[in-house]
Amino acid sequence: MTAMTPTGPAESLHEVTLTVNGVPRSASVPARRLLSDFLRHDLGLTGTHVGCEHGVCGACTVLVDGETIRSCLQFAVMHDGAEVTTVEGCARGDGELSAVQRAFGECHGLQCGFCTPGFVTTVTAYLDQHPDPSEAEAREAITGNLCRCTGYQNIVASVLRAAQLRREEREEAPG
Amino acid sequence: MKPSGFAYHRPGTVADAVALLGEHGPEAKVLAGGQSLVPLLNMRLAAPAHLVDVNRIDELDVVRVASVDAGQVVRVGAAARHSRVEHDPLVHAALPLLRQALVLVAHPTIRHRGTTVGSLAHADPAGEMPAVLALLGGSVTVRSQHGQREIRAADFVTGPMTTSVRADELVTEASFPVPPGRTGSAWVEVARRAGDYAVCGVGVLIAVDDDDRIRQARAALVSMGPVPVVVDLTDAVGAAPFDQADWAAAARLVTARVEPDDDIHATAAYRRQLAGVLTARAGRGAVDHAATRAEARARR
Amino acid sequence: MTTRTVGEPIARREDPRLLTGQGRFLDDIGSAGLAAAFVRSPHAHARIVDIDVTDALAVDGLVAIYTHDDLPGRVGETLPVLIPHEALTHGRTACPLAKNEVNHVGEAIVMVVATDRYLAEDACERIRVDYELLPPVVGIEAARDGDLLVHDDVPGNVSAHLVQETGDARAAIDTAPRVLDLDLEIERSASTPLEGRGVHARWDGDDHSLRVYTSTQASTSVRAALAAKLELPLDRVEVIAPDVGGGFGVKIVHPWPEEVLVAWAAIMLGQEVKWTEDRREHFVSAAHERGQLQHVRVGYDDDGHLLGLDVTIWHDNGAYTPYGIIVPIITTTQLLGPYKPGAYRAEFHSLYTNTVAVTPYRGAGRPQGCFAMERTMDAIAADLGLDRAVVRERNFIGPDEMPYDHGLTFQDGRPLIYDSGDYPATLAKVKKLIGWDAFEAIRDEARAAGRRVGIGLGCYVEGTGVGPYEGGFVKVETDGTVVVATGLTTQGQGHQTVFAQVVADELGVALDDVVVTTGDTRRFGYAVGTFASRAAVMSGNAVALAARKVRQKALRIAGEALEADPRDLEIVDGVVQVKGVPGATIPLRTVAVLSNPLRYAFDAESQRATQFAAPADPDRPPVADDDEPGLEGTDYYSPPRSTFANGMHAAIVETDPETAEISILRYCVVHDCGTLINPRIVQGQIHGGVAQGVGGALYEKLVYDDAGQLLNASFMDFLMPYASEIPVIETDHLQTPSPLNPLGIKGAGEAGVIPVSAVLASAIEDAESSQGIRISRMPISPSELYHLRAEATNEEGDS
Repeated sequence: MTAMTPTGPAESLHEVTLTVNGVPRSASVPARRLLSDFLRHDLGLTGTHVGCEHGVCGACTVLVDGETIRSCLQFAVMHDGAEVTTVEGCARGDGELSAVQRAFGECHGLQCGFCTPGFVTTVTAYLDQHPDPSEAEAREAITGNLCRCTGYQNIVASVLRAAQLRREEREEAPG
Repeated sequence: MKPSGFAYHRPGTVADAVALLGEHGPEAKVLAGGQSLVPLLNMRLAAPAHLVDVNRIDELDVVRVASVDAGQVVRVGAAARHSRVEHDPLVHAALPLLRQALVLVAHPTIRHRGTTVGSLAHADPAGEMPAVLALLGGSVTVRSQHGQREIRAADFVTGPMTTSVRADELVTEASFPVPPGRTGSAWVEVARRAGDYAVCGVGVLIAVDDDDRIRQARAALVSMGPVPVVVDLTDAVGAAPFDQADWAAAARLVTARVEPDDDIHATAAYRRQLAGVLTARAGRGAVDHAATRAEARARR
Repeated sequence: MTTRTVGEPIARREDPRLLTGQGRFLDDIGSAGLAAAFVRSPHAHARIVDIDVTDALAVDGLVAIYTHDDLPGRVGETLPVLIPHEALTHGRTACPLAKNEVNHVGEAIVMVVATDRYLAEDACERIRVDYELLPPVVGIEAARDGDLLVHDDVPGNVSAHLVQETGDARAAIDTAPRVLDLDLEIERSASTPLEGRGVHARWDGDDHSLRVYTSTQASTSVRAALAAKLELPLDRVEVIAPDVGGGFGVKIVHPWPEEVLVAWAAIMLGQEVKWTEDRREHFVSAAHERGQLQHVRVGYDDDGHLLGLDVTIWHDNGAYTPYGIIVPIITTTQLLGPYKPGAYRAEFHSLYTNTVAVTPYRGAGRPQGCFAMERTMDAIAADLGLDRAVVRERNFIGPDEMPYDHGLTFQDGRPLIYDSGDYPATLAKVKKLIGWDAFEAIRDEARAAGRRVGIGLGCYVEGTGVGPYEGGFVKVETDGTVVVATGLTTQGQGHQTVFAQVVADELGVALDDVVVTTGDTRRFGYAVGTFASRAAVMSGNAVALAARKVRQKALRIAGEALEADPRDLEIVDGVVQVKGVPGATIPLRTVAVLSNPLRYAFDAESQRATQFAAPADPDRPPVADDDEPGLEGTDYYSPPRSTFANGMHAAIVETDPETAEISILRYCVVHDCGTLINPRIVQGQIHGGVAQGVGGALYEKLVYDDAGQLLNASFMDFLMPYASEIPVIETDHLQTPSPLNPLGIKGAGEAGVIPVSAVLASAIEDAESSQGIRISRMPISPSELYHLRAEATNEEGDS
C-alpha cells in the first residue's frame, strides 16, 4: 500500500516551557508527549535514555526541582515552568566532569553507558542529601535503577568514590 | 509504548476539577503522581479521553495532623507525595505506621511523584496504602459537583483496582486516624526484588493497656486477595502481657482466614505460609515498637 | 620505553562521552525522519484471514502502511537461516511481514510509517486483522508429544536431531559399578539489554546508496544481508553500529524483519525512517533462550570416576530457527567442562513451539550444559558421600594432558580440542577464596543456631575466540594520530580502549594518540561480529598483527631517512629513534608523510615527501612492487580453532527456614582467560555475567500460558535483578596464555554467567541438606523452594 494523504484532525498542542540545565527551553507538543521524549526529541537532549516506559529501569531518571523522577512516567505539559536537570547538566559549571562523573570513570562504573545517565542523576541527587553513605547505603541508593552490564559492584564503588571526591572538593574550597 | 491522545486539563481548584469530572465522568481519569496511571497509558491498557491533572491544586497539597474529638487524624491531601508523607516528622510522631509502610512502596524516585491518595484510588491488591487505611479504619473524602462525602475504608476498595468512588468524584483527602493510647505497629513484606509489589505483606497494629496487656491487635494483609484483608487478632494474642503474646496463634488465625491466589511469582500455598510467618514477625515487631515508644515516652 | 598499557587497568576512553550524555545510541540518531511501528500478532498460532486498514487512514501524520503483499521480490521472502547444518533438516524462518500465518505472539504483520512514533502507534491500533485461530504448541513436552504442530510440514516439531559421541557411552554405563539418572530443566530467559533494538535507514537518491544504523552485534553481516534482500550492490550499502546499549547475544541475530523493512521503506519513501522498539516489543519479537529439558545418565566407579555419560537434550527453539542449532550444539559440547567423561554420547532434539524464536543469550547454551554436568557431579558426590570438590578433581583433565581432544565437533565446525588450562590450580584458588575446607564447621555452627547455610561449587570450560576471522586496520596519519579500525562491534566491552592499548603497545605510541572505530562498514569491510567471547581474541590479535605490519614499515622508512639499520631502531612515545643514539630521531608522523611519495604538497609538513625534497634512488620506483603508499597496514587473525578459557565459581547461601527466601552471602569467581589486556574491563565483564547468572538462577524466567501468551512481557514481572539482589563478587584469576594466538588471549565475555545456576543449586541443596531436597530445575524462587521442602517432608512422612 503506497503513501496516502492523512485526513484526520491533528492533535492540539500545548506550549511547554521548562528550564533545562539552567536554560529556558520551549516547544509546542501534544499533551501526551512524555517528558522523556520531550527532552530527547523536542529539545535534542538525548542523554536521557528510555529503557522501558513503565518506570522500572530508571534509565530515564532526571531531576525536577532537585528531586529524581522517572521522566517516562510524566507528560512534559505537567511540568510547565519547572526546573529540570538532565545528565547533560550534571557536569561542573566549568565544563569539567563532576565528582560523580569522575568517580564512575575511575571505578569502571559503566560499560555500555545506556543506564548511566539515570545513575548519574540519581547518585548526584542522593549525595546532595546523603553526603557520607556506608557501602550498604550506597547499594540501597542505587537499587531501583537497572543495569545489565556491570553487576552493580563498580557502581556501588562509584558512589563511595564520588562521596570521597566531593569531600575533597569541599575541603579544598576556599573559606 | 506511547499513550493514546487525550484532552489535558489542569484545573487550579477543586471546584474546577470536579466540574471537569462532572462533565466528562467515565471518559476522564485523574492524574496525580502518574506512577501507576502512566504505565497503563503507555501500554495502552487505559485510554481515557480526558486527563484531569490535579498536581497544581494548592488546597490538595496538604499534609497535617489534625485534632478531632476522638483524638488525632493524619490528613493527606490528594496532591501530597508519598515522600512528603514519609518524611514529615509530625506525621511520623503521630502515626509511625505510615512511614513503616511507605518505605516499602517501590523506590524513592517513584515516591517523589507518587501520591498516597493516588495509591488509595488505584486500589492495587498489592498496594500498601489501601491496607494501611483498612487497618486503621480510616476514610477518604470525595467531592463532586453535588457535594462531599466520606467513604469508610471498609466500603472503599470493592475489588482489584476498583473503588466505590464514582466517575464524577474526586478523592480530595485521605484520613488516617491515629489509634489512641499506647500502640505499636510494624509492616513486614516479602517481595521478589527490593521495591517490588509484595508477594505477601502484613501490617500489625497493637494497642496496649496500662497493665502492659494487649488490648487490641489487628493485621492487614496485601497481595492476599482482591482487596486488603483485615484480621482481628485480639482473641489470639489479647489479654496476654504484650511481650508474651502468642503470635503463633495469631499466625494460625490469619492462615486459616486468607484465600490467596496463585500467580507467576508464587503459589497460593506459599502465600498462605507467608501470611502466617509475616503476621508473627510483624506482631513481634509491633511489640518491640510499642516497647520502644513507651521507653521514649518515659524518658520525656 | 613507552609505558606498556596491556595488562594495565587503564581508564576507558569511552567514558567521558557516555557520562555526560554525549553517547549516540540508535534512537539518538536522525530526529527529522519518519517513524515506523508494527502491528504484531496477539495470537500464538493463527492464520491471517484479512487485514483492514480503513480506520488507520484517518490518522493524521500517517505516511504508509505495508503488508506482506506490498513486499516485492526478495524483500518479502523468508529470512535466512544464518548457520546451516546438515542436522538442521527442518529449519524454518519467518518472512519480514507474516505472509499467511503467524507462529508466535509478537510476530510482525503490518508496518506503519508515520511522522512520529505516537501517531504510528495510533495507526497500528486502528488496523483490524482477522484471524483463524490455530491450536498453539507451548512448552517442550507439548512440542515433543507432536500431537499439535507448529509448522505443518515439520513432523514432530523437530527442526533438528543430532547425536555426537566418542566411545560407546551406553556400553560403558551398562558395565559401570554405579549408575545415576537425572532429569533436569532450565527455564526460558532472555538477554534483555537496557537498550532495545533499533534501525535507522537513509537512502541517498543522488548516488543510490543506503546507509543504515542498527543496534547490532554484526554490522558487516547485516550489510551483506540487506544488500542481498534489497538487491543492491554491496558497496552501495553501509551499515554502522552506533553506541549500543548492551547486546548479550540477542543483537547478533540478523537481518531482523525490521532491518529489512525499515531500509526498504526508506528507499520507497525517499525519506529517513527510524524504528526503535519498545520494551514490550523486545519481549515478544526479539529472541529468547535457555529453555531445555535434559536427561543425564551417568556411569561411574566407587571413587567417582566418570566411565560413561549419556545426555539427551530437548531444546525449545521457539517458532523459527534463524540462528540454526548453535545453542544446543554448544550445550552438548561444552557440557563436558573440565572433565574426562570416559565415553560420551550427546543427543539433542531441537523443537518448535509457538513462542518467540530462540537464539544465543550470553552463554549461548553453555549455562545449560554446565548445569547438567555440575548437577551430575553433585549427585555422584552425594551418592558416594564424597566431597563435591574431590569428585570433580578426580575427573579433571590434567594440565599435562593439554591439548586434549574430546573427539567431538565444536560450534565452529572444528574439533573440540582444549588447548590449555590448569584446572587443579583453578580449583585450589577458588577453594581458598571461598574457604571451602573450613565451611563444614561454619555450616554446623549455623545449623545449631537454627540457620541454614550452604556452599556450592561449579566448574566450566568455555570455548572462545571462534573464527572464521577478524581483521584490523592501522594507519598512522600525518598529524600523528593512529587510526585503528576493526569490523566487529561494541556493546560496552570497552573496545575503544582495549584495542587502543594493544596498538599503542605494538607501535610505541601514546594511548591518547590512538583512535579506534568498530562496527562501521565504511571503515572496515570484512568481519564476522561480536559474540561467543571472541572480540578481544579475534580483533585484539588482528589489530596487533596490523600494527606490527605498520611498525615494520615505519622502521624501514625511518631507517632510510635516518640511514640506520631498522634493527637498531625503536619507537618510543611516537618517535622513532636509534637505540642509544640521542638526537637520531624522526617522529612517526613524519614517517607517515614520507610513506606517501607526493607530487603536490598540501601543507608545510607534506613538502618533505615531494619529489624534489625527498632523496630517492633513481633506479627504483617511488612505490616498490610489493609496497603501497601510506603508513598503514591491514591484517587478519584467523584461528586454527577456538581457544578454551575456564573458571570455577563458589558461593555461600542462606535460606530462611520459614519464608524460603534465598540470600547469597558470598560469591567467588576464579577464572582463567589467558593474557588480560585490561584487567578492570575483564573484571567488569565477570561482574556483569555473574549478575545475569544470579538473575537466571533466582529471578528470571519467561512464562508462557497454554495459549502461548507471554505473561511477563515487562520489567515489572520479568525480574531482572537490582543491586539489592546481587552480592559482592569476589574475583581472582589465573593466566594460562593461549598458545593459539600471538597475544595469548582467551575470551572472557560470557564467563561470569555460565556456572551460576549450577553453583547456586549446589549451595541451596547444601543449605537444605537436613531437608534432603534435590534441585533439578532453575531458576528457583522462594515459592518453589517452599514446595520442594514440602514434597521432601511428605516423602519422609510417607516412608
